[in-house]
Amino acid sequence: MIGSLDLRGVGVSRGGRRLFADLSLRLAAGQACALTGANGTGKTSLLRAVAGLVALDAGEVVFEGAEAGEARASALHLLGHLDGLKPARTAREELGFWSLWQGGSEAQAHSAVAALELGPLMDLEVRRLSAGQRRRLALARLLSAPRPLWLLDEPLSPLDAGWRTRFGAMMRAHLAGGGMILAAVHDPLPIPAISLEIAG
Amino acid sequence: MSRLSVLLARETALAWGRGGGALVSVGFYAGVATLLPLAIGPEAERLAAVASGAAWVALALASLLSLERLFERDYEDGALDLLNLSPLPLELTCAAKCLGQWIATGAPLALAAPIAAIGLGASPALTPLIFACALAGGLAFAFVGGIGAALSLGARRGGLLTAVIVLPLFVPPVIFGGGALDAFAGGLPWKAGFALLGAYAAAAVALGPLAMAAACRNALS
Repeated sequence: MIGSLDLRGVGVSRGGRRLFADLSLRLAAGQACALTGANGTGKTSLLRAVAGLVALDAGEVVFEGAEAGEARASALHLLGHLDGLKPARTAREELGFWSLWQGGSEAQAHSAVAALELGPLMDLEVRRLSAGQRRRLALARLLSAPRPLWLLDEPLSPLDAGWRTRFGAMMRAHLAGGGMILAAVHDPLPIPAISLEIAG
Repeated sequence: MSRLSVLLARETALAWGRGGGALVSVGFYAGVATLLPLAIGPEAERLAAVASGAAWVALALASLLSLERLFERDYEDGALDLLNLSPLPLELTCAAKCLGQWIATGAPLALAAPIAAIGLGASPALTPLIFACALAGGLAFAFVGGIGAALSLGARRGGLLTAVIVLPLFVPPVIFGGGALDAFAGGLPWKAGFALLGAYAAAAVALGPLAMAAACRNALS
């Protein structure tokens, strides 16, 4: 379990181009942060840098209560544009694998399926799901393996209004349980959140 | 441990289905083995002389087939990111992927290899050795091939690049295995060739995952 996330003077470059520099943020347990900024300013790169997938140019990312490698291995979820779901496998196979891989149990996977109303879809191949259904399957991973820090990249985009509200409730419950959310968004998050704008 | 076993089950299932997987590899193998007599000529003596070697080369080519997708799909759809965010070191994850590849395509090919060799006219007495060589060689092909597949991540037409990277590295196992089969068929000592093949496979299993993990990290960042 990690107590907080600290970004201290973080800078990231991609392909020789500096995206942003000297970005600082402190996210305590129970807090959410909405990352905003125009296309291409580096919101996704910042999320990937927090997850350790992209190297930092400058500054550091500190997880309170855990060494960075350990926190990245077992305390954070990354939900990006690419959801890592294999089109030819069924929703049940995919959720089953990822939930065990991320340290969840079968019971937690069951309750995630119930919360996201995926029951009737579980035996379908992922390729048969609509964009919104597929996103719900990806969101089910967040619930099926509890990890305190959620890194979300445009989590709302393919969801309809009803599901946006319900996902808002799930995020609120996650925060109430001491979780943290760092989300790159264009539309405002349906929960109270600190705002951090990345300027190009 | 349970993480490793669910990963291995997933990788084997994916490799089984990847681009037709095992069936296409075996079909390709059978196709090459059928083409050879047409090109070399049907005389039994001439064919028998090259049978085991030809079966062995065809095996190396067939194991190249499904390699290109080994990492590429997970890389393209974001699964490699998530596989990386886990307590299991990326090296072990890569090893599990190659092992899945071996189970799903190497093992069926090893079963097909003696049949193809005998069909070309090799002595049936060679069956156990061909099978053992194909199993050990398949392990080497999967782990060495994985290095090529990981290195060509992100490249356009990565499959072709994989083949160009990997084929030179397939040379030692092809020489060792072919040599052992030839020696056995000629009544000469064959154990050294087989032992070298096993040593090459063991080295590939031990060192391959380090190179694969480094290449994957590089591709992700």
